Amino acid sequence: MKKFTRFDGVVAPLDRANVDTDLIIPKQFLKSIKRTGFGVNLFDELRYLDEGQPGQDCSNRPLNPDFVLNQPRYKGAEVLLARRNFGCGSSREHAPWALEDFGFRVVIAPSFADIFYNNAFKNGILLITLSEEEVDQLFAGVEASEGYRLEIDLENQRVITPDGKALAFEVDAFRKHCLLNGLDDIGITLQDEDAIRAFEQKHKQARPWLFRQPA
Amino acid sequence: MSGQTLYDKLWNQHLVKQRDDGTALIYIDRQLLHEVTSPQAFEGLRLAKRKPWRLDANLATPDHNVPTTLKERAEGNSGIKDPVSLIQVQTLDDNCVEYGIEEFRINDPRQGIVHVVGPEQGATLPGMTVVCGDSHTATHGAFGALAHGIGTSEVEHVLATQCLLAQKMKNMQVRVEGELGLGVTAKDVVLAIIGEIGTAGGTGYAIEFAGSAIASLSMEGRMTVCNMAIEAGARVGLIAVDDTTIEYLAKRPFAPTAEQWEAAVADWRELVSDPDAAFDKVVTLKAEEIEPQVSWGTSPEMVTGISGQVPDPKAAQDETVQRSHTRALEYMGLQPNQKITDIKLDKVFIGSCTNSRIEDLREAAKVARGNKVADSIKLAMVVPGSGLVKRQAEAEGLDKIFIDAGFEWREPGCSMCLAMNADKLGAGEHCASTSNRNFEGRQGYGGRTHLVSPAMAAAAAIAGHFVDVRSLPANDATHAQEA
Repeated sequence: MKKFTRFDGVVAPLDRANVDTDLIIPKQFLKSIKRTGFGVNLFDELRYLDEGQPGQDCSNRPLNPDFVLNQPRYKGAEVLLARRNFGCGSSREHAPWALEDFGFRVVIAPSFADIFYNNAFKNGILLITLSEEEVDQLFAGVEASEGYRLEIDLENQRVITPDGKALAFEVDAFRKHCLLNGLDDIGITLQDEDAIRAFEQKHKQARPWLFRQPA
Repeated sequence: MSGQTLYDKLWNQHLVKQRDDGTALIYIDRQLLHEVTSPQAFEGLRLAKRKPWRLDANLATPDHNVPTTLKERAEGNSGIKDPVSLIQVQTLDDNCVEYGIEEFRINDPRQGIVHVVGPEQGATLPGMTVVCGDSHTATHGAFGALAHGIGTSEVEHVLATQCLLAQKMKNMQVRVEGELGLGVTAKDVVLAIIGEIGTAGGTGYAIEFAGSAIASLSMEGRMTVCNMAIEAGARVGLIAVDDTTIEYLAKRPFAPTAEQWEAAVADWRELVSDPDAAFDKVVTLKAEEIEPQVSWGTSPEMVTGISGQVPDPKAAQDETVQRSHTRALEYMGLQPNQKITDIKLDKVFIGSCTNSRIEDLREAAKVARGNKVADSIKLAMVVPGSGLVKRQAEAEGLDKIFIDAGFEWREPGCSMCLAMNADKLGAGEHCASTSNRNFEGRQGYGGRTHLVSPAMAAAAAIAGHFVDVRSLPANDATHAQEA
């Protein structure tokens, strides 16, 4: 995982609540056995006017001109601004893989679904929860000025607007540490290998039926 | 000090290590694997030269991509016409062979939807932690197991370490008190709950379903309720262990036998919330007020009773909801204030990890018996949740009832719940579906899903539009829940 560094990026507004992971990446693209290449199919049903197929060359597909990510002013966006309960539904990690592959590093919304929240951080994407009012203000800001950018300062847990206003956000210490240092969870967990083995031994003694195989 | 909730007990029994930063290492007893969310996890293991921690904790079966016609299934994996789907299923087979993980392959009679297979085999037991790269893993909470969906990175993490990094959730209790009316099923209960608390109502919580109406449900019904906890935003749904749980588990292949059975049962009896346990939030519904439910929109919270109507977006509580409702009506091709019973249907799907167990098929068959699918319905299909469910249904003659009525009787898999195989809706088609999600495009590009119970789906297939199962002749739906 790449280290998450302080950066300043273009913001794309997706003015929609309950954006589900089926919408982020439709099921036909889940057939891939790779982790990469999902970016061209991010928001496929909103982004294109036809039905997409896995493995298809997307460069000639008809684009939906009304969809934000197709509008020139949001080209190269790295920050996605959305409404409440972003990422609900299926546990597919293909959703953060698609966001990351497209180029998004941050999603800002008033709330996120639990499984998506976990999955995003494991792929180096920072999810920032701000209040409904703050999100409203950011939508107004993006709407009002072309090329609207936000500075994301994870170290100090602040989003800084173009007029210099800092919006504070919460993020748990462990996820922040992993993101800032680009750390692999499994390696960290395996440092506790002895503790896991000791637990497993005790657990098996207390409840042997949990370890049983059919005859 | 107040007592512990069921969730607290399960958490404490699996806590390997609590870290200072608020995260914890939780031991995982069972991981279920399927072809869609596991290939990248195995690839990750290979790249890092890691081995699975404990092979026998894992059980695999292909379900999302498998075709459901007998003709295709007769050919095994070669019957999968879509080459990309085929690679995915073969990759699961290859990974299970390479690492030595038990798999029920495409034509093993025990194959099926992971969330049907696990409980059916007794591979899901009370007091277990159960994970799977699938959000509907909440299903297994019906057994008093701590079960939730995870992403692919976490699948790899569990394979490599037998643990999950987790943070403790808050406790919510949803009580459904009283007696359900005739023709009102577990599916209606959970849809009514989602309608009440919303699709984000359970975010951050483990929900324990309780109350007399929940206690009266069979294990199949309880699985239906816990299955859709995720549609209320909660990763975890739970129901306390009682006699119904224990009776279901006796003699299942993975369940404890003779010498261990008594000890296990004694242990499982403790898997209930203490009477003085404190919940962060409690929601109560009256069973008598729940009628058969039908979703009208593109989120499971967009649901109403069969006697209701499609809402007018103008009446919504705030602007965000108003916009969502307007967009939903446009996508669904519905009018404000349209009566639910006036919604005409094109297809009917009875299946999915929510409603494809034997009891679900019995309920649907009672409605279908002696009737005919309406001419206006292009396809009505019944997809059993596993090979064993299919076999049982056939032993009871349910397949004949469905076939005589004009339904297609298929082979087990996820099928049209998410349409990763060939079973899908065409653009603009309305479907009465016993599945769990009515998102845009979920059952096929441009498809329009209405979530209902198996009895309501069967009744809709016969009428060609939604009807109240409670209004059908006495030998049909009013007996539908006796099974």
